[in-house]
Amino acid sequence: MSTPATDIATYNFAYLDEQTKRMIRRAILKGIAIPGYQVPFASREMPMPYGWGTGGVQVTAAIIGPDDVLKVIDQGADDTTNAVSIRAFFQKVADVAVTTETAKATIIQTRHRIPEHPLTEGQTLVYQVPIPEPLRFLEPRETETRKMHALEEYGLMHVKLYEDIARHGRIATTYAYPVKVEGRYVMDPSPTPKFDNPKMHMSPALQLFGAGREKRIYAVPPFTKVVSLDFEDHPFEIQAFDQPCALCGAEQVYLDEVILDDKGGHMFVCSDTDHCETRQACGHRGHLSPDILEPAQ
Amino acid sequence: MEQMDVIDGGFAAPVFDAQTVFRAVMDAMARPGTVQHVAVLAQPPAPLAATAGAVALTLCDHDSPLWLDAALQVSAARSWLGFHTGAPLAATPADAHFALVANPASLISLENFAQGTQEYPDRSTTLILQVESLTDGAPLHLEGPGIETSATIAPTPLPRHFVEQWKQNGARFPRGTDVILAAPGAVACLPRTTRIKTMEA
Repeated sequence: MSTPATDIATYNFAYLDEQTKRMIRRAILKGIAIPGYQVPFASREMPMPYGWGTGGVQVTAAIIGPDDVLKVIDQGADDTTNAVSIRAFFQKVADVAVTTETAKATIIQTRHRIPEHPLTEGQTLVYQVPIPEPLRFLEPRETETRKMHALEEYGLMHVKLYEDIARHGRIATTYAYPVKVEGRYVMDPSPTPKFDNPKMHMSPALQLFGAGREKRIYAVPPFTKVVSLDFEDHPFEIQAFDQPCALCGAEQVYLDEVILDDKGGHMFVCSDTDHCETRQACGHRGHLSPDILEPAQ
Repeated sequence: MEQMDVIDGGFAAPVFDAQTVFRAVMDAMARPGTVQHVAVLAQPPAPLAATAGAVALTLCDHDSPLWLDAALQVSAARSWLGFHTGAPLAATPADAHFALVANPASLISLENFAQGTQEYPDRSTTLILQVESLTDGAPLHLEGPGIETSATIAPTPLPRHFVEQWKQNGARFPRGTDVILAAPGAVACLPRTTRIKTMEA
């Protein structure tokens, strides 16, 4: 006998119970009030494993309402496993509208990218964060890193960047590139490519960060100074690509390398799938676009 | 009769009302100086007003000790908050996660409240000040994170010497208190990062 769908266990709106939401909401407000500071919170078990974005999911669940329009991206793409499953999760437990268009979303949950389309006031970007502590790989003890933040003692991070220069001749950190927020806290921007760091600076959107396994929430309010750490003689630089997107011809965007065959063939395409599709819909074409390779009859 | 005052007046739709109020508070905290609309969703007994009551229902529960000012201590609002939120009363202002203030003009100074520690600056009191208006007081020109260039609000009434107290609060950063201004139908926030510009030369 099959059970009618109405008989399945029903959840509270957005999955979390109200007491959990209040606890997360209090942490979010503290995070906003102390930009870049990691607020401890009582992270819950979610119906997905740690490492799949449980922190971001809990933050989204605590803020989302029936009028929101949700977009979820995974490395810039709307159609990869993590994005699809989290989007489906919120459709099921919160019955919210979803979109892939950056401009139409009110909440964008992201794993490791900031959309290419400029964000606007009224949008909230929710990051999934694996390791929120930027000093963790330099100092494993939480008691010590907490003291370092308390004393604003970030010399170790500059030593790390300096050692990069000594070894490689340049700062070799390319993702999770440390930033200083409003001149006070050094913060991990989550493993976004450093290409996206400048977008965090004075962004009109609110940025919230959730780390589920590590039980930390932090935030960057809109119009807040976010400066990537560097040296006077080795200024911060973002990645540059020597060719445009092979599908839409976009330049000055972050590209993914796609392997085409086992003979070394490869192409570079936009990491932000929505941006790429929008450009193609507007008639932009790259050199490997199907229209160019096989012109319409 | 008094009993009914205590039991009635909570959120009609607890899940969605709390979400609506939280988003208004979150937006206000993220954009200090902006005034966020809040509908009348709770009817607490006097002297607690609807907006401050709704903010308390949204944020307070058994995990967050609540401090009440003298006007609220002796009122039915105290039992109403106890019934609807389950929040314990803080023995001293320094133990409070939230302070609910019906009469800001006679508030004790901000430094009495929990300021957090240098390691855990989040362990501080958030003050919910019940104000009559966000536009009729002396204008406060604000700057800081969340404000693109500048913002102005004019809340009234405010605690005595508020501008000077707020300056001292900012000097304690990252420690310090945050303020939620609950006016009729609206909220505005002053996180500890917000600076009040003094205009006179």
